[in-house]
Amino acid sequence: MTRREMSWKKRKEFIEENGIIYLNNVTKVYSKGSPAINGITLGIGKGEFVFIVGDSGSGKSTLIKLLLRELTASSGNVYVMGSDLAKLKHRQVPKFRRNLGVVFQDFRLLNDRNVYENVAFAQRIIETPAIEIRRNVPSILATVGLAGKYKAKTKQLSGGEQQRVALARALVNHPSILLADEPTGNLDPKNSWEIMKLLEEINQSGTTVVVVTHNREIVNAMHKRVVTMKKGVIISDEEGGEYIDED
Amino acid sequence: MKISTLFYTIRQGFVNIFRNKWYSLASMATIASCLFLFGLFYAVVVNFQSIVMKAEEGVSVTVFFHYEGDGDESHTEGQIPSESWIEEFGQKIAQRTEVSDVKFVSDQEAWETFARDHFGDAYEKYAVGFLDNPLKGENSYEAFVSDVSMQSALVTWLESFPQVSRVNHSALTADMLSGANMLIAYVSVGIIIILLAVSVFLISNTVAIGISVRAEEINIMKYIGATDFFVRSPFVLEGMLIGALGAVIPLWLIYGLYNYVLAYIMDRFSILAGFLNFLPVDEVFGVLTPVSVALGVGIGFLGSIITVKKHLHV
Repeated sequence: MTRREMSWKKRKEFIEENGIIYLNNVTKVYSKGSPAINGITLGIGKGEFVFIVGDSGSGKSTLIKLLLRELTASSGNVYVMGSDLAKLKHRQVPKFRRNLGVVFQDFRLLNDRNVYENVAFAQRIIETPAIEIRRNVPSILATVGLAGKYKAKTKQLSGGEQQRVALARALVNHPSILLADEPTGNLDPKNSWEIMKLLEEINQSGTTVVVVTHNREIVNAMHKRVVTMKKGVIISDEEGGEYIDED
Repeated sequence: MKISTLFYTIRQGFVNIFRNKWYSLASMATIASCLFLFGLFYAVVVNFQSIVMKAEEGVSVTVFFHYEGDGDESHTEGQIPSESWIEEFGQKIAQRTEVSDVKFVSDQEAWETFARDHFGDAYEKYAVGFLDNPLKGENSYEAFVSDVSMQSALVTWLESFPQVSRVNHSALTADMLSGANMLIAYVSVGIIIILLAVSVFLISNTVAIGISVRAEEINIMKYIGATDFFVRSPFVLEGMLIGALGAVIPLWLIYGLYNYVLAYIMDRFSILAGFLNFLPVDEVFGVLTPVSVALGVGIGFLGSIITVKKHLHV
């Protein structure tokens, strides 16, 4: 067995034992103030669908940033797909992020380009051959229900459609994990539900989905695993749980 | 890097330029003015140096020897050189590094030259009146120096020989030519350095604006997994393109201007044609073109790489 194969085997074993995401006693302190995350331990298995909920300042966004390796933990270890993110060198970060899909509340689309170009952009960045881009982009746009709007400029789309473009862009590179930070925050209830249905479908195809949200109605209706955070710590972690009202 | 990525980088470089077209134009104009001034200085300096070199070629040192009957009664033993010593001395002068040419001028040649210079066409008429050569015994060497700044060292060396009666030279000409040469070189280098620094600063600003305009796109690129190289290279290319375009404009202008000025001077001041030896345009541009383009691209590269490292934390 080669060193590379051994390393992959070890990683697979680690993921099977601890999950595709594993935070071990993680604390994150910014330069000023109290810890944003304070000694949390959390494991998320391969193919799981997890809601992270909590009030503003509970540490949800910091958690997402740690998983994206935008931030590094002040103490403890963050493992994603078997890699200890603290040990990841700067030049290894882009390759690591190619296994993650990210969706934001404000969509973060390139408004000077059309739907097709926004999705193709994600493939171009990872140097996918042009012939594959021409095959993959229409396919993923069909998955999110935007096959007929590939020429439209993003500003001409509704909020729900823009979030679908963002989803298509996040999924086109076939990530193992999809991180969604308040994906329904800017959407009306109808569009919110459509996006959540899409996320569920994506999860059913084997992608691990982590959704940070404030949307109590959706969390309670979907009966997924719910991790509730408050002031930087996890106060509950329940399979099929509900959004706990802290007030 | 894949070819598709290379094309993408080049395309994005142009897109950046068009997206900030006013800033890009301002940077291009600044580089163009800097390189225009650089080109003008270069054209003036190389022509001046060419004229100075021509003038230097004419700067010579004349060395005379003691001889019997030169009016000096205090000759010591061995002070009057033999013909073989003079010949050997000529070879010694020729071997010196600062000497480009040595010419022996016999007393007869000296008189003929003097007579021709003074009597001109009437030389035959007046000179025949002299039965003896008034310059008899005034044999000399005329040594031409390759570098006027070394002339005083040569004079000191020549004067150290007891056989040498006197050394004629023009210290003023040598010092003036040498001084003017150095002054022009220093002033040009100083001005060019300042202009280049201004260009780097302006390109740097243009690229910084480009980065701020595209902050959202860069942010998205980071999340999707773009490498540092992929994110940074369009900005570096943008700077290099601005530099290259900024270099081409002044080259074109100077080419036209140079031909025009040369034709004008030759037409209006034809009397100076023998003295002012202007270099042909191809000779000037053979050096100026690659140097200007390299400077433009170099300034662009430097300005953008500084900004990208400072503002683009991927």
